[in-house]
Amino acid sequence: MPTARPMSKKKMMNTLPLGVGLYLIIVGGIVWLAYSGAQQMGYNWQWYQIPKYIYTFTDDGFQLGEILKGLWVTIVLSVVSFTFATVLGLGIALLRLSGLVVGKGVAIGYLEFIRNIPLLVLLYLFYYVLGPVFGFDRWSAAVLTLGVFHSALISEIFRAGINSVDKGQWEAAASIGMSRGQAYRYIILPQSVRFMLPPLFGEFVHLIKSSAIVSVIAVAELTTIGRNIISDTYMSFEIWFTIAAVYLALTLVLSFGVSALERRFQP
Amino acid sequence: MTRKTIIVAENIDKFFGDFQALTDINLQIHQGERVVVCGPSGSGKSTLIRCFNGLENHDAGTLRVNDIELHEDVPKIRQLRQDVGMVFQQFNLFPHLTILENLMIGPMKVRKLGSQQAEALARKYLERVRIPEQADKRPAQLSGGQQQRVAIARALCMEPQVMLFDEPTSSLDPEMIGEVLDVMVELAETGMTMVVVTHEMGFARKVADTMVFMEAGKIVEVSPPETFFTNPTSARARVFLDQILDH
Repeated sequence: MPTARPMSKKKMMNTLPLGVGLYLIIVGGIVWLAYSGAQQMGYNWQWYQIPKYIYTFTDDGFQLGEILKGLWVTIVLSVVSFTFATVLGLGIALLRLSGLVVGKGVAIGYLEFIRNIPLLVLLYLFYYVLGPVFGFDRWSAAVLTLGVFHSALISEIFRAGINSVDKGQWEAAASIGMSRGQAYRYIILPQSVRFMLPPLFGEFVHLIKSSAIVSVIAVAELTTIGRNIISDTYMSFEIWFTIAAVYLALTLVLSFGVSALERRFQP
Repeated sequence: MTRKTIIVAENIDKFFGDFQALTDINLQIHQGERVVVCGPSGSGKSTLIRCFNGLENHDAGTLRVNDIELHEDVPKIRQLRQDVGMVFQQFNLFPHLTILENLMIGPMKVRKLGSQQAEALARKYLERVRIPEQADKRPAQLSGGQQQRVAIARALCMEPQVMLFDEPTSSLDPEMIGEVLDVMVELAETGMTMVVVTHEMGFARKVADTMVFMEAGKIVEVSPPETFFTNPTSARARVFLDQILDH
């Protein structure tokens, strides 16, 4: 929803060179500061070492490097956790909207519990406490932690989306004899998707970023790979810059995807 | 003449918190009867007809609609709603579906008809409300009058025994009221049982068998339109009629 009046295209084109120039100066400044700082402490840059961690091309053909393998694990972990979080979040939202006192109480208790525990502590709970009790491996502990943590916000996204549908829609659905379940499925949820998709994808990007935390229990995702390479090579500057760039590339691609989706879902 | 009674209300009370919206309502509506409910704003007209299909639950008294006793027995209320069509002031069409889909979804998902049967039914009633050419549009592309006619067709697709109208023309531009009332008059001519909350007294005069006048949650007067419009028994109805007819 545009609140301020958007600039005209012509005006935007006029300010574009200035904006790009300013941007380059600022970015250049930051790079120069980092570089000169590194020089001063006598850091030995070894950028030429990096490509082999991304991919190699040998007689056996193209091979993924460790970083891309880590990226793949991050993507799979995020998708699995997000799916779990979405299902859980929808359940919590429906429970909260059910009108049952018990359901509402359980849902609110769950939300408050999850929202007020740091992600790292939640991870330790799943891995060190519930893991041994229920026999989770690292991967399950990671998925459960991320899923449970993000289900809290996702359930609020669902709730807001469902509540944004006019009450008259419920009444119209009821008046033709639909059950509550049918009204949700055929009338309410299809209309709230439009409200929910943009924040849901935002939450997915958020989840990708918070998935880095599972490196503390050594799930072999992108951040863990970065740590492993550094412990072998001591190239912390190059590797962390590279890892950051990979995360940035992934989330930027997704963000562009989201804006495309948003445009498609405009009524 | 012994016609079946479709709606029997006995001593109905309804509260919203501390506010008593309906007080001791007694009313019988017979099959084929056209009842127009009128009265000042806030007199409980809408609340009353919303009780007739269980959108509101009454707090005391008994209400029987089409031989089903209304209390909070959910499956039965759903059964009942298939037999009681409702048209809302704000149309409440489903904006994400086309007009045809709006009409088909009830027959398909609730009455479990096949899609061909449901489509035939939908096209028949679109024809009846005279907008067959709008079938593939979305509600937002239609005028208010057309939307309300679609809403009437949507209710008719459930092939109900009774149709409830909750101020069906109150949110329409004046030039669109006629087309909706025409459809309603035609519906009345088919012998449909209708309960209409409206301020359209011309319509009431034309189709009503019975006028119900409400004030402050009570039924003040029930009389045939000839009596009601010329010689209302209650003083309050007389004042109300003076106010809305003299302009």
